[in-house]
Amino acid sequence: MTYVKPAFRHPEAAKNKLGYTRKEYEGALSTLCAGCGHDSISAAIVQGIFELSIPPHRVAKLSGIGCSSKTPTYFLGNSHGFNSVHGRMPSVATGAYLANKDLIYLGVSGDGDSASIGMGQFVHAIRRNLNMVYIVMNNGCYGLTKGQDSATADPGSINKSGHTNLFETIDMAGMALELGASFVARSFSGDKEQLIPLIKAAVSFPGFAFIDVISPCVTFNNNKGSTKSYDYVRDHLETVAELDFVPLAEEITSDIASGESGRITMHDGTYLQINKLALDWDPTDRISSLTKIHRSRMNQEVVTGLLYYEAERKNLHDILNTVDTPLNALEYYELCPGNSVLQTINAELR
Amino acid sequence: MSRIEKINDCVIRFANVNGTGSASANNLFAKAIFRMGVPVSPKNIFPSNIQGLPTWYEIRVNEKGHLGRRNGIDIMVSINPQSLAKDIASVSAGGYFIYDNTKPMPKGLLRDEVNNIGIPMTEICAQNYADPRQRLLFKNMVYVGAVATLLDMEMAVLEQMVSDQFKGKEKLITPNVKALHLGRQYLIDHFELPSKFRIERRDLNKDLIMIDGNSACALGALYGGATVAAWYPITPSTSLMSAFDEYASSYRLDPKTGKKKFAFVQAEDELAAIGIAIGANWNGARGFTATSGPGISLMSEFLGLAYFAEIPLVLIDVQRGGPSTGMPTRTQQSDILACAYASHGDTKHPLLFPSTPRECFEMTAEAFDLAEQLQTPIILMSDLDLGMNEHSSQPLVWDDRRNYKRGKVLNAAQLDEIKEFGRYLDVDGDGIPYRTIPGTHPTKGSFFTRGTSRDEMARYTEESEPYVRNMDRLLKKWDTIKNYLPAPEWQNQEQENKMGMLYFGTSESSSLEAADLLEEKGIHLDLGRIRAFPFHPSIADFIQDHQKIFVVEQNRDAQMRTLLINELDVDPARLIPVLNYDGLPITGMLIHDKIMEHIGYASTTLTDQHDLRKTSFSAS
Repeated sequence: MTYVKPAFRHPEAAKNKLGYTRKEYEGALSTLCAGCGHDSISAAIVQGIFELSIPPHRVAKLSGIGCSSKTPTYFLGNSHGFNSVHGRMPSVATGAYLANKDLIYLGVSGDGDSASIGMGQFVHAIRRNLNMVYIVMNNGCYGLTKGQDSATADPGSINKSGHTNLFETIDMAGMALELGASFVARSFSGDKEQLIPLIKAAVSFPGFAFIDVISPCVTFNNNKGSTKSYDYVRDHLETVAELDFVPLAEEITSDIASGESGRITMHDGTYLQINKLALDWDPTDRISSLTKIHRSRMNQEVVTGLLYYEAERKNLHDILNTVDTPLNALEYYELCPGNSVLQTINAELR
Repeated sequence: MSRIEKINDCVIRFANVNGTGSASANNLFAKAIFRMGVPVSPKNIFPSNIQGLPTWYEIRVNEKGHLGRRNGIDIMVSINPQSLAKDIASVSAGGYFIYDNTKPMPKGLLRDEVNNIGIPMTEICAQNYADPRQRLLFKNMVYVGAVATLLDMEMAVLEQMVSDQFKGKEKLITPNVKALHLGRQYLIDHFELPSKFRIERRDLNKDLIMIDGNSACALGALYGGATVAAWYPITPSTSLMSAFDEYASSYRLDPKTGKKKFAFVQAEDELAAIGIAIGANWNGARGFTATSGPGISLMSEFLGLAYFAEIPLVLIDVQRGGPSTGMPTRTQQSDILACAYASHGDTKHPLLFPSTPRECFEMTAEAFDLAEQLQTPIILMSDLDLGMNEHSSQPLVWDDRRNYKRGKVLNAAQLDEIKEFGRYLDVDGDGIPYRTIPGTHPTKGSFFTRGTSRDEMARYTEESEPYVRNMDRLLKKWDTIKNYLPAPEWQNQEQENKMGMLYFGTSESSSLEAADLLEEKGIHLDLGRIRAFPFHPSIADFIQDHQKIFVVEQNRDAQMRTLLINELDVDPARLIPVLNYDGLPITGMLIHDKIMEHIGYASTTLTDQHDLRKTSFSAS
C-alpha cells in the first residue's frame, strides 16, 4: 500500500534561511499506529532540520529493522535513506560516513535493533566516534512482532498481554556514557520542547551524538503496569536541564546564574545554551552523569535532557587521518598510482 | 659417485617448528632457485597456531613449468623432532633425508632405502654463535646452505638473497652468509657430491615475479580505486587486507599533507565489515572486504540486501578447508555454492575465479568496475594456496589510459535534464537501473534504499505485480551480467574429440600437468578453464560437444559440477567429478590417476611411481 499525503501547504508557511518550507523536509505519510510516539519524533526531526536550515539532500538517514527503523520514510523525503538489515545500521552508517565526511548522518534505530540484535554494532559505532546522530526510539517492546519484551523493558514492567518482564533492563544512555560517547541525551517523544533543541544540538555536534528517546508503543506497551507508557513516563519524568540551541550571531539574552549554566560551542561557532535544573549533576563530568542516571533509576525516575557532553574529540576520520576531500569525490588520477609504480613493485618481487 | 638423475626436477620439503624463523629461510632458498631462472613453486603448509606446532614448507622445482603440487618428496629436511617419524616415512625411496644429528637419532627410524645425511646443525651453531636466539635462527641458514650445496646451486645467488633480505640491517649479512657456508662446508667435507638432483641455471623466469595472490589482490584493490577497506581478521584473508593497508600507506597519501586517500577499518566482526563496505558503496566510494568461509556465512544476510537493493560491492573470499572452522590453514575450493547463492530467497551473485597472482590483480581491479556497472556484489574466489603462497607470475601491468567505469550514476545536471527519476526503472532494457549518490541534488534524485519489496520508484509496496516485475528485472540483469564477465580460456581444442576437462582457480596448473601426462599416453582432453559465474554461453556448448567432461575441483561435493548442472540444465552423466579435498593443493598425478581409473586403465598409478631406490648414494 502506498499512502499519499495531500500536497497542499499554506502559501504563507514559514520559510527557513534557505527559502524552504517545512514541506521540503517532510516525508511520506506514516503507516505506524495512530498515536505512536515515533511519529512525534519524526515530526521533531523535520522541525529541527528545518529550523537549522540544512539543505535536505545534505542529510543521509539510515536505519535498521523494526517500527522505529521504518520512520526515515516519514521524514526528510528529499534526503537519501537506507533501511538496512536488523541491527546493522551502525556499520552501514560507518561505511557511508567514511565515503563522505561532509554529509550529516542521521541514524534511527529501536530498542530491539540496538539493544539486542545490533548491540555489537551500536557499541563499536560509539568506540569509533562516528560523526553522526544516533536516535533510539525506545518503547521497551517489539512492536512489529506484536509486543514481546525488549532488552530495555524494566524488570517488573507489565505489557499489554499481562506478561511481567523478569529480566534486568539495559539503559542505552548509561551504556553510551560508559562506552565513551561524547554527547548523550535522553528525551521523551511527548516532550517536543525538549526534543527539538536536543536534535538540533545533536545534529550540530561534531561527533557521536546519542539520544535515547522514550517513545511509548500505543498498541502493545501503553497499559497500566508498563514503565514505558505515556502515563508512567509523564509521572516519572525528571528533567535535568533546559536546552536551547543558539545559531551563530544570535545574541544571548537570558541571564543565567553562575554555576547553573553552560555552553557547548560547535565547530561553526554556534553553541548550545544549557540551563541546569538538577543540582546533583555536572554535564561535563562523565562520572557525575553516570551517577545521575543510576540514582534516577533507583528513584524510579526517567531522567531526561542532555546528560553529558564533551568538548571536541577526534572523530573517526581524524583518527584514520583521511584527506579533507570526501573519499567518494577522489578521481581516478588521485587514486591510481599508475604503471610506473607498478613496475617498481614488480622489480622488488624478482 | 652417483650419476645425476634429475636436473631442475624435484620436490624439497622442510619440516620445521612454527615460530622459529624457518619460513623466511625457506623462502630465501626458493627465491634463489627462482633467481637462477628455474621454475619453482613454494608452498607453506602451516598449523593454526603461532608457536610450537609442526609446519612444512614444500618446494617443487620443474623445468617444464608444472608448478602444481606433486606427490613424492625427493629431499626432506627434518628440523622438527615432533614430526620426525612421519617425515622419514614420507621420503621417496632413493631420496634424501637431511637431519640434525647433534643428538643421536632414535634407533630404527632411519630407512635404508633413503640417503640419510646427518648434519650436527645445533652443534655447529653452538660453536659459532654466542646468542641463543641466533643459534636457533642460524640453524635455518645452515640447512639452507647444505641443501643448496646438495643441489649444486650457485652460492653467489644465495649470498645476494641474504644481502637483499637484510638490506638496512647490514650487520646481519655476514653471520647469515657464514651460516650458509658452515652448512655447505660440512656437506662437502662429509658426503660425496654431487647428488642425483641438481639445480642448473636457466633463463625461464624472464620478467616473471614471485608474489602471493593476497598481495596481488591488494594491489588490484589499490589500482581499482578502493577507498574504504573494512575487514575482520581471519586466516587466510588477513594478509590481503594488511597488504592493502601497506601498499595504500605507501602509494595513496596526499603528497602535501601526508593524509590518507583511503580508510582502513578493522571491524568488530564480518557482519560489520561487509556492512561498512556496503555503506561506502551506497555513498559512492569503492568499498571492499575480504574474508574466508566462516565470514561468508556471517555476511550472507548483507549479501542478500546488496543483491536486492542493488548496491555495488567487492568481496574477496580466500577459501580454506570447511565446513565450520574446518581446516583453517589448509586450502579448498569449497565455498562455490555458498557464494553463488549466498543469502535467503532467490539470490545469486557473480563470481570470479582467478588462477594466478596476475589474475588476482587484474580481476580484483576489474571487480570494482563490474560491481559499479552491474550494481551488485562481485565475489572473487581465491583460496589459501593462491592467496598465501608465493607463485611465479607474469608481471603486473596497468594501462595508464584506463579510467574507472562507474556505471549508471546520475549527477545533478543529468537529474535536471531527465523527466523522471526512478531508482529501479529499467530505462535501457538491460535490467540495470540508474542510481544516485546521496548529496547530489537538493530536490531531485533522492530515494529510499531498502531490503523490502518496492516499486520502480523505490516506494515500499506489498503488491504482487511490482514485486514480480522487480524480480524478473533482476533476472534480466543476470543475463546482462554474462556479457560483462571474463570468458573461459579454451586450450587444446581438437575437432571430433569426445573428452574434455573443466577446471578453475588453483586447480589449473595441476590440471594442465595431468593433461600432459595423459597426452603422453595418447589420451587427449579438450581443456577449458572457467573464469566466472554466471557461466559464459560457450561453456554450455563445450559440455554439449563432449561426451565426457572431467570437472576438476578441490571440494568433496563437486560444487562446481552442481552449479553447472543447475544453471546450464546439462546431462549430469556427462560431467565426471575429479575431486581432492584433503586440504593440500590438488596434484596433477591425482587428476591423472582418477581420469585413468574412470576410463579403465587402473593398472598403474603415477602416485606410486616415485621410487628412486635403484640409484645409490654413499655417505663417506
